Amino acid sequence: MTDTTLAQLSNTAVYSAMVVLTLAMLAYAMYLARLAPTRERRAGSGKPEPELVAARTAGPDASSTGSHGDDTDEGRPGAGHDAPGPDEEGEPAAARKAAGVGYALTVLGTLLVVAGVVLRAAEVHRWPLGNMYEFAIVGSMFVLVAFTAWSTRRDLRWLGLFVVLPVLLNLGLAITVWYTDASELMPSLRSVWLAIHVTVATVSVAVFTIGFSLGILYLVQDRLEVAGRRSTFMARFPGSRSLERMAYGVHIVAFPLWTFTVIAGAIWARQAWGSYWNWDPKEVWSFVIWVVYAAYLHARATTGWKRQNATWIALAGYACLIVNFAVVNVFFVGQHSYSGL
Amino acid sequence: MSTTQKATGTAAEPRAVLPPLGPAGWARWMWRQLTSMRTALFLLLLLAVAAVPGSTFPQRSIDAARTAQWISDHPTAGPVLDRLGLFEVYASPWFAAVYLLLFVSLIGCVVPRLRIHWHQLRSVPPRAPKRLERLGAHGRLTVDGAPDAVRERLRAALRARRYRVHAHDDTTLSAEKGYLRESGNLVFHLALIGVLIGVAWGHLLGWKGDVILPVGQTFANTLSRYDTFSPGPWVDPTELAPYTLRLDRLDATFETQDTGEGQFGAPRDFTAYTTFTAPDGEPEQRTIAVNHPLETGAGSVFLLGNGYAPHVTVRNGDGTVIYTGATPFLPQDNDYTSVGAVKVPGAQPDELGFAGFFLPTGVIDDQGPHSVFPDLLDPQLVLTGYAGELFPDGAPQSVYTLDTQAMTPLPGADGTDQLRLLLRPGDTAELPDGRGSITFDDVDRFAGLSVRTDPGKTLTLVSALLALAGLVASLVVRRRRVFVRVGPAAEGGRTVVSVGGLAKDDDEGMDDEVTTALEALEGTA
Repeated sequence: MTDTTLAQLSNTAVYSAMVVLTLAMLAYAMYLARLAPTRERRAGSGKPEPELVAARTAGPDASSTGSHGDDTDEGRPGAGHDAPGPDEEGEPAAARKAAGVGYALTVLGTLLVVAGVVLRAAEVHRWPLGNMYEFAIVGSMFVLVAFTAWSTRRDLRWLGLFVVLPVLLNLGLAITVWYTDASELMPSLRSVWLAIHVTVATVSVAVFTIGFSLGILYLVQDRLEVAGRRSTFMARFPGSRSLERMAYGVHIVAFPLWTFTVIAGAIWARQAWGSYWNWDPKEVWSFVIWVVYAAYLHARATTGWKRQNATWIALAGYACLIVNFAVVNVFFVGQHSYSGL
Repeated sequence: MSTTQKATGTAAEPRAVLPPLGPAGWARWMWRQLTSMRTALFLLLLLAVAAVPGSTFPQRSIDAARTAQWISDHPTAGPVLDRLGLFEVYASPWFAAVYLLLFVSLIGCVVPRLRIHWHQLRSVPPRAPKRLERLGAHGRLTVDGAPDAVRERLRAALRARRYRVHAHDDTTLSAEKGYLRESGNLVFHLALIGVLIGVAWGHLLGWKGDVILPVGQTFANTLSRYDTFSPGPWVDPTELAPYTLRLDRLDATFETQDTGEGQFGAPRDFTAYTTFTAPDGEPEQRTIAVNHPLETGAGSVFLLGNGYAPHVTVRNGDGTVIYTGATPFLPQDNDYTSVGAVKVPGAQPDELGFAGFFLPTGVIDDQGPHSVFPDLLDPQLVLTGYAGELFPDGAPQSVYTLDTQAMTPLPGADGTDQLRLLLRPGDTAELPDGRGSITFDDVDRFAGLSVRTDPGKTLTLVSALLALAGLVASLVVRRRRVFVRVGPAAEGGRTVVSVGGLAKDDDEGMDDEVTTALEALEGTA
């Protein structure tokens, strides 16, 4: 039923993507490493960078001041890169080059993962979201696409390492542990809702993944700022306030997508199983994830709750996502038994 | 150290005397606590934690057999956990307590905000503060033109950017936009209440019934025809719509090409072809498939399972037919190794019963009789026979198992103590002692149909979609206020414009908003 040549090509594309992304990861790591001496020299020369000082002095709840370009979020076309990222002028050529190579390789890796997904779909003549391996590679694809697309709007070179690393980890697990031969679907999966429900779920998880990376960077950066340590490594990243805002911005994109995922899943469950909500383990965990991220949004809107604590809730939400994917699919007995393992 | 503290604490420190709180005061205090954001947050996290055990322990409402198995496998922990409700988490009082408290908290939070928002929607933006430069975002510009004219230009510019603009006096403008943020937030929370009501409504007034229907048979929608029927508490099961459904054909296809792991024999398509007759309508051809239920107007019919119903005929000693019919056997595995029983209460001198397996593609080896492929490649009926009393205590029993308490095995023909039969379609076996014969005529498929109604589902769906829309609005829209003050500049004919922006939330775009307002002024000047 399935075309083995296309299947092999798809796997080759995924393997190649992993090689390319490994190189991209190294290049991004090199970018961060090469940046360090400059920052130290600058700090030592008594000419601290205005942006970093501003970020350090601004408390988490201070409202934004009128100085333009301080840490404005919207990337205005033509205005160059906004301040949060390290500005290009102060970078050594080697660092800039490493980041350029990293980005180029990431784009190439993205294209290879897209090719892997498309070939897989062509081979099985269906939407390529029928088992765990396919969820994993499509999820990786969405993370990479989101990152490369966002990178065209603002300087995210500092984030590259923290996007490529989880993607590589995911692809590695996908191709070793979760690998499933291309096959047709069982009848209950043959529905237009597969394309709607599972695709949106995967996009949502991809966006949550970027939010998770930003959340961790924020907490680290914040801790260093509070301790007053002039960490040379973290100085390459935007200030904690800016990181926190970005993390929130990413989460408020992902959360409605997840809400939609749950609603679409319920509609499909009604079509396929007769009841829109059965408290199947997958449904339970989707509900738990929704509630935890809702708690994050609540915590962030609650006066008197620290942004740090709110971010911890978001990280807990991501932990639930991991459980929902890696544990529930494989070990729990339920109706969502589509891992193919 | 501790003793001195204690001494000063009790003797020296003057105690603040609080007014007695009284029952109403206590009630108000508790209401405040319950409806605070912190409590809501705590309840949300608690709800997440409380939902988890439902995925780790088998749930009675989903799989009663597995739950019973778990409890008997864990004789110590099982009954304790059962009493704690861990096998019925979502119907347990503690789970209900968490979500009901959460919803009370939600209502307590939303209702006052509704009132406030209603007033704000109908009122004008507040007066501009004295010193605009103190606001989060601020800009100042000197432009040509008289103050009044400049102010009108700004008013138009703000209106164009969808601000609600009001002039409290001759030199200022107050503008506000983004009311949709709070509206969306309120819609989201109210819609969640709608979801809860929809779920409760469906639970109270919905019902579901399962029936196994062999090909060629007709199902009439009456209570007695269902194999299992679970009505909601407010359902009157005698008032079912009297439609009928005949199963004309059931197509099942299984994977025969792909020999990859777990793929060979995997189900590919199930379709039931039926004749549906509405209570006062003409018979019409309808198909039911997985993902395509049949909507009858009074419940939806889902094809949730299928299997085989061997057609068996039993004759007595003189050749009279005493049993004939399609007898469903329940599939036990992916290759449809099925178990079932043939019960012949009309047999003489004793009632007869046969129990065993139906195998669509049969193999008998050291694993015992089992099937190796789900389709009918080599159908076999493997039975053992019993004689005696079928229903010794008159208690209801499963149609798929034989209660052999009051029965004795029929002896085998070759002197063995147990009659074992292996029949292929068309085969007839003689029964010992002149009890007659049993014939395996043919095999039909059966459809496992589930009929369900949920009158709350539309409300739930509409509420959920409203909640999503409200959520998006409340996250995307920003509540912003812009204040303008104009005054004559030192040089004649020019005007000093001061613009201040105030965002309700953490809003990094406010500076741009002020800049845009001033740029609009420059553009028109």
